[in-house]
Amino acid sequence: MLKVTDLSVSYGAISAVSGISFTIEQGSIVTLIGGNGAGKTTTLRTISGLLRPRAGRIEFLGEDLTRLAPHQIVARGLCHVPEGRMIFSNLTVDENLTMGAYLQTDPARIARNRDYVFSVFPRLQERIRQMAGTLSGGEQQMLAISRALMGSPKFLLLDEPSLGIAPRLISTIFEKIVEINRDHGITILLVEQNANLALEVSRHAYVLETGRIVMQGESRQLRADPQLRATYLGG
Amino acid sequence: MSEFLQQLLNGLSLGAIYALIALGYTMVYGVLRFINFAHSDVFMVGAFIGYYAGKLVPAGTIWGGLTVLAAAMLGCAVLGMTIERLAYRPLRGAPTLNVLITAIGVSLLLEYTGQVFFGAAPRNFPALFPVKNFAVGGLVVSSNQLLVIAVALGLMVGLQLIVYHTRIGTAMRAVSLNPKAAVLMGVNIDVVISFTFGLGSALAAAGGILYALNYPSIDPLMGVMPGLKAFVAAILGGIGNIPGAALGGLVLGTVETFVSGSPWSTYKDAIAFAILIIILLFRPAGLLGRFTVEKV
Ligand SMILES: Nc1ncnc2c1ncn2[C@@H]1O[C@H](COP(=O)(O)OP(=O)(O)OP(=O)(O)O)[C@@H](O)[C@H]1O
Ligand SMILES: [Mg+2]
Repeated sequence: MLKVTDLSVSYGAISAVSGISFTIEQGSIVTLIGGNGAGKTTTLRTISGLLRPRAGRIEFLGEDLTRLAPHQIVARGLCHVPEGRMIFSNLTVDENLTMGAYLQTDPARIARNRDYVFSVFPRLQERIRQMAGTLSGGEQQMLAISRALMGSPKFLLLDEPSLGIAPRLISTIFEKIVEINRDHGITILLVEQNANLALEVSRHAYVLETGRIVMQGESRQLRADPQLRATYLGG
Repeated sequence: MSEFLQQLLNGLSLGAIYALIALGYTMVYGVLRFINFAHSDVFMVGAFIGYYAGKLVPAGTIWGGLTVLAAAMLGCAVLGMTIERLAYRPLRGAPTLNVLITAIGVSLLLEYTGQVFFGAAPRNFPALFPVKNFAVGGLVVSSNQLLVIAVALGLMVGLQLIVYHTRIGTAMRAVSLNPKAAVLMGVNIDVVISFTFGLGSALAAAGGILYALNYPSIDPLMGVMPGLKAFVAAILGGIGNIPGAALGGLVLGTVETFVSGSPWSTYKDAIAFAILIIILLFRPAGLLGRFTVEKV
């Protein structure tokens, strides 16, 4: 479904991603793990058109995305839940969801998406009139994911959904990610520093180190890999 | 008492013009976080379009006046969008200071090109609309004042409808709240910014026509003072805040008019600005502005 080939991205003279390639099959959850500054966010931002690659190709359902503007990429069903959530803190939960449906034109579909979002995150429905900036970190993450779901995505890019969230909520959010993937067959690319959890929910994993893929394989197998355990899973 | 009401009426009609200009400053600030110093010159061009278009329709008729108003608004919308496309868009992402300096450059370009094309000498602006004075109680109400208030009010209501009840308005608000997030929602930021310039410039053109009808002499530098005051009004109301710009304009126009009717009239501009400074000391974010902590 998504095919990234020899992708290189740099910020001015600084190279952040150097020739990475990976493919993601429809309906799967794939994770990209790696430490600080490995280039995970850069990769996601390039896929969603916020950054232009220096070289390489990104194909989504057979179409090259690298020439498209971000709004055209969203229109093709690729929705990005950014690092740090970036919710509209001065708008209510409800208004945030409306913004998420910005490109949706069918009211029936918007209503269906809204119902679905509330069935996944009932907490948000209780807080529908609350200003998004006053939600807890975990609730804000739920809102950020929900807002992306309002765009009827075929493919979801999630950037560190566990960042700054209480451990109890993290497992809830990861369960929901699996549920979203299962219910609607939405393909997910999950970026995480929390390698343990990411490997648990994903089918396939890529390990990124200073802009290069240094390891890849079935998540199940990577979890048992001694080298990976030593570096990312705390031994 | 009637003296007070008279001044209040005069003040509100001047303030309504400041408000129309201030809206453009504040909307552009909302989506781009910079002050478009060329805005006051778009106001001037609006008045000149009115001057020339006014020759093509019979003077002193309502439909003629409205046609000229619409032509000026359209012309300036195109001008504003062109300025954004050619001067500001290439600088997207550049430091704000660079963009500000460019804006000053565009402003000077319009002023001096204006002097080449229109000449530096002031010209008399035609009476586009029918003119009539009404005596109500002890007040003298001119039809031009009513026109200013009616047109300004109508445009502000229209603006409110656009900003809160249309898709593009929703996109404008999203961009001004969080441009990065707006892009991820599928908002085409170029279209939104272009539209914002068009809208703000059209309002400035309306301001230019209304101003020229009431102070009927126009020249290529006529935008400087009203533009400065409208900018102050936008800050006063809380820059980036649309109702704030309208309120700031009305407050500033009213204060200025009352001061010019007083023994200290020579200091009217100084006093108006002193009031601004005092208000900002107590409410640094402006009357309706709120300092928000922007989360990254
Ligand atoms: N806007 C920028 N300008 C310059 N360099 C940047 C910029 N953003 C990221 N970088 C650099 O690119 C490299 C990759 O950064 P990136 O944000 O993609 O890492 P990451 O894997 O997401 O890290 P983290 O887990 O800390 O979020 C880093 O060396 C970083 O310093
Ligand atoms: Mg990151």
